[in-house]
Amino acid sequence: MKFIKKSPWILHYNASSCNGCDIEILACLTPLYDVERLGMIHTGNPKHADVLLISGCVNTQSVSVVKQLYEQMSEPKVVIAVGACASTGGISKDCYNVIGGVSEAIPVDMYVPGCAARPEAIIDGVVKVLDKIK
Amino acid sequence: MNDFMSAALQILAVIIIVPIAGGLISGIDRKISAKMQGRKGPPILQPFYDVLKLLQKDSKTVNPTTRYFLVLSLIFNMFNVVLFFMGAELLLCIFAFTISCVFFSLAGYSSRSPYSFIGAERELVQIICYVPMIILLAFGYYQAVGSFSISYAFQLDAPAVTRLPLLFIGLLYVITIKLRKSPFDISMSHHAHQEIVRGVTTEMEGSCLAIVEVSHWFETVFTIRLLFLFLIYGQPLGWVIGIGACLIIYFLEILVDNATARIKYRSALRATWIVVLVLGFANLAFLSLF
Ligand code: SF4
Repeated sequence: MKFIKKSPWILHYNASSCNGCDIEILACLTPLYDVERLGMIHTGNPKHADVLLISGCVNTQSVSVVKQLYEQMSEPKVVIAVGACASTGGISKDCYNVIGGVSEAIPVDMYVPGCAARPEAIIDGVVKVLDKIK
Repeated sequence: MNDFMSAALQILAVIIIVPIAGGLISGIDRKISAKMQGRKGPPILQPFYDVLKLLQKDSKTVNPTTRYFLVLSLIFNMFNVVLFFMGAELLLCIFAFTISCVFFSLAGYSSRSPYSFIGAERELVQIICYVPMIILLAFGYYQAVGSFSISYAFQLDAPAVTRLPLLFIGLLYVITIKLRKSPFDISMSHHAHQEIVRGVTTEMEGSCLAIVEVSHWFETVFTIRLLFLFLIYGQPLGWVIGIGACLIIYFLEILVDNATARIKYRSALRATWIVVLVLGFANLAFLSLF
């Protein structure tokens, strides 16, 4: 039995989001959505986290941070790209400093669509990605 | 031989039952906190899921010594709780307890991360906060009861708290610190995980973090048992009063935890030391006069 499904601890990083997706991720913690009922905890530490939520596209400044956070997390770990920007580059895809979606930097396990992604979709994304872990 | 066997069985029972009780208390605590905040909250078994998950994770340690210190801290915690439940001397338990806290702080120092260092330093500040109070409590207990023996409390005519009311208030401060609850959760908190807030555990992952959790369960049970020591007396009613009062006090701890903000470590030091000096010594003076 994989207990990660019962207690996925989440690390959130804003690669270069407009804060729209960030606010929706934080909304998941509020009494209305209360992700803690699913055992999820919002950690501020890659060493404690199992799920990496990234919002916003990866740019030349944030790419090294994204890679470093990913490397600091211990196995088993999963990555979720939250929102259109994190998935493909979105609205800022053609900017001079933008590299693209999160998958340009690290392997992504799940894409959550939306601009901004809705809290329900984010929670659904986390629950679904955990089913992929063997 | 029979004595030896029954003692071994008792020790085994304590080592198995105490962490289960500690985990359940932690789960109920999280549930009640969530209800207070208008949330549904995690399942009551959530702390066990967390620890089992942590054990299933890879754990790379920055410095292998961290793990030794954590294991030592856990062993001394177990030793302390076993002694306490077997009714040994109060002073011995307090020393074992303090040593386990020092090892925990050393684990923080061993990882060379600035956040972990801050956590370890704050852990030491916490030890400075509560150890004087606990030692005064032990002396007060001796003066009131006439022995350091923990099992002696079950033969009293009236609970020790009736002779140690002021020290008991000081004990409430101590358990707030030890349960890592606001406003005294300065070295490592259960809330909003950020680097400084998670303090000592910043560089720990996987099984190391699991050891920290299990250690904390032992500590939780120890603090509640310490509370119980001052409430129990020789009558069956003593058990009812003791258990009831422990439940009420724990509920109040959760309430305070949710209603207050974390204070600065200097204020924590000041607040606890003033309580120690005024209440502790006043109570001891009172005891020696009457
Ligand atoms: S997907 Fe929309 S809301 Fe989210 S970061 Fe991009 S622009 Fe902002």
